[in-house]
Amino acid sequence: MSKRQNIFKRIVSFYIEGFLSMDVGKKLWLIILIKLFVLFVIFKLFFFQNDLKINNQSKDERSNHVLEQLTNK
Amino acid sequence: MIEHFDPSLVDWSRSQFALTAMYHWIFVPLTLGLAFIMAIMETIYVKTGDPQWKKITKFWMTLFGINFAIGVSTGIILEFEFGSNWSNYSWFVGDIFGAPLAIEGIMAFFMESTFIAVMFFGWKKVSKKYHLASTWLTAIGANLSALWILVANAWMQNPVGTTFNPVTARNEMSGFWDVALSSTAINKFLHTISQAYVLAAIFVVGVSCWYLLKKRENLFAKRSIIVASVFGLIFSIFTAVTGDGSAKEVAKHQPMKFAAMEGLTQGHNGVGLVAFGILKEYGEEKNVDFHFKLEIPKMLSFLSNYDFNSFVPGINDLIEGNDEQGILSAQEKIERGKVAIAALRELTVAKKDGNQARVNEIAAQFNDPDFKENYFRYFGYGYFTNTKDLIPNVPLVFYSFHIMVILGFFFIAFFMLFLWLGIKDKLENYRWLFFVAIASIPLVYIATQTGWIVAEVGRQPWVIQDLMPVKIATSHVTVTTVQTTFWMFFAVFTVLLIAELKILFKQIKIGPKGGE
Repeated sequence: MSKRQNIFKRIVSFYIEGFLSMDVGKKLWLIILIKLFVLFVIFKLFFFQNDLKINNQSKDERSNHVLEQLTNK
Repeated sequence: MIEHFDPSLVDWSRSQFALTAMYHWIFVPLTLGLAFIMAIMETIYVKTGDPQWKKITKFWMTLFGINFAIGVSTGIILEFEFGSNWSNYSWFVGDIFGAPLAIEGIMAFFMESTFIAVMFFGWKKVSKKYHLASTWLTAIGANLSALWILVANAWMQNPVGTTFNPVTARNEMSGFWDVALSSTAINKFLHTISQAYVLAAIFVVGVSCWYLLKKRENLFAKRSIIVASVFGLIFSIFTAVTGDGSAKEVAKHQPMKFAAMEGLTQGHNGVGLVAFGILKEYGEEKNVDFHFKLEIPKMLSFLSNYDFNSFVPGINDLIEGNDEQGILSAQEKIERGKVAIAALRELTVAKKDGNQARVNEIAAQFNDPDFKENYFRYFGYGYFTNTKDLIPNVPLVFYSFHIMVILGFFFIAFFMLFLWLGIKDKLENYRWLFFVAIASIPLVYIATQTGWIVAEVGRQPWVIQDLMPVKIATSHVTVTTVQTTFWMFFAVFTVLLIAELKILFKQIKIGPKGGE
C-alpha cells in the first residue's frame, strides 16, 4: 500500500515539477485553459446543444423523429 | 419537415464545418509529422551520444509542443457540430462513428497524458532509452488517433461493414474490421498521414533555411535539413503512391468525384490525364469544357484500371447512363431511391399505428439482398429531382486536385535537391533556395488543404455516399444560430492561429538552446 502511495506521489510530483519547470509552457497552458473554457463552457453549453436529444428523451422518440425527417418529403 | 429545408442553412452548416475542419487541419499534420522527425533525431542522439542532436531534438520538440497545445481540442468542435447542426446524420450513422471516435478519444487521452508528459518533463528523470521510447510512442499514438478519425471519414465515402436498421433509422455495424480495414480507409489513412509527414518535413527544412539565411545555427540547421529531407523524400514519394491508390478507390466508389477531379465530361476508352488545364466558365447548366488542356494520352485509363484502353465514365455517362458500360442513369437511381424511401415511409406509418406485423414485414424487406442491392443502395438519390444536383462543384474540385498534384511533384524535387545539396554541404552556394524553402511552408499547407477540398467537395452532394445527401443531414436549427457560431469560431480560431504563430516565431527567433 505504502509502495503504491509512493508511486502515486512520484507521478504527481513528476507532473508538478514538469509543469513548474516549463518556460514556454506557462503561456501555452494559459491559452489551453482559456480555449477549453471557451469550447466546453461557452460553446457547448450555450450554442451547441443537441436538440435531437433535448426534444426527444428516449431512443425510440429519436428514431421516430429522424424517421419522420427522412420520409416526410 | 424536409420539404421546408432551407438551402442557406445547409450552406452555412457546410461552411461552418469546412471552416472548423480546415482550421483543425492546420495544426494536426504538423503534429503527426514532426513527432516522427523528432523521434528520428532523438534516436540519432541516443545512438551517437552527440549532445548537438539532443539540442536539435529539444528545439523541434518545443515547436511540436506549441503546435500541439494550440491545436489540441480544436477537433472537438466538429463533434459538437455533429450533434447540433447535423443531428439527422449523427443519428443515421449510428455506432459507425461512435466506435472509432471512442477509441480515438481513449487512445488520445492515455497517449497524450502519459507519453507526452514523459517526453517533455522526463529528460532528466528517466533513462535515455525510456525517454526515446516515450517520444516514439507519442508519435505512434498521435498517428493512431488520426487512424480512427480517418476510418470514420472513409466510411462516409464508402459505407461498408454496416446494415441499415429501418426501425431505428440507424446504421448498425455488421463487421468492425470491414469498416476499419476497408480499402478506402487504408488508402485514406496512408495518403493523409504521408502528406502530413511531407508538411512537417517542409516545415523543418523551411525553418532551418531561415537560420542559414540569417547565418545562425549552421550545424543545427544543416543536420535538421538532412534528416527532414530524407524523411520528406521517402514520404513525398509514398504520398504519390498512396495518392494513386486513393484515386483508384475514388474511381471505383465515387466515379462522379473522379470525373470532376479530371473535368471529364464524356467518358470513353483510352482517356488521357489532364496534366494542366483551364476550364471555361461554368454556369448553372454545369457544362464542363476547357479553354485549353495539356493531356497525357491514355494515362487516366491506365491509372484507373491498369489498362491504357479501359473505359472511364464522364459526368454525362453518370447522369444520362451508359447501357454499353452498364451504368445506370441518375434518373433511374432517383426512381429506385424513391422506392426505398417509400418503403421506409410505410414502415414509419405502420410503426406509428402500432402495426408490428407490417413493421416486421417491411424491415425484412430492407434485409433482402435484392432490395439492398437494387433499391436501398440508391436511397439518397430519392431526395433529388434535378439530376444536375448530383454534380459537385467541378472547377473547385478540378483546380484543387491539380494544385495538390503539381505541388506534390514539386515537393519530391524539392527534397531531392535539398538532400543532395545538404549531403554535399553546398547549400550556402544557392542562397535563393533558402527563400524557396521558406515560401514552401505556406505552399505545403495549401497542398494539404486542397487535398481535403478534393475529398470533401468532390463527394458533394453526399454526406454519406449514395445514402444520405447533405441537405437531408441537417438539424432543425436557425440559420442565424449557425451564422453566429460560424463567426464566433472564425474569431476564436483566428486568435488561436495568431497566438500560435506569435509564439512559434518568437521561439524560432530565440533558436535552439544548449543540448544538456
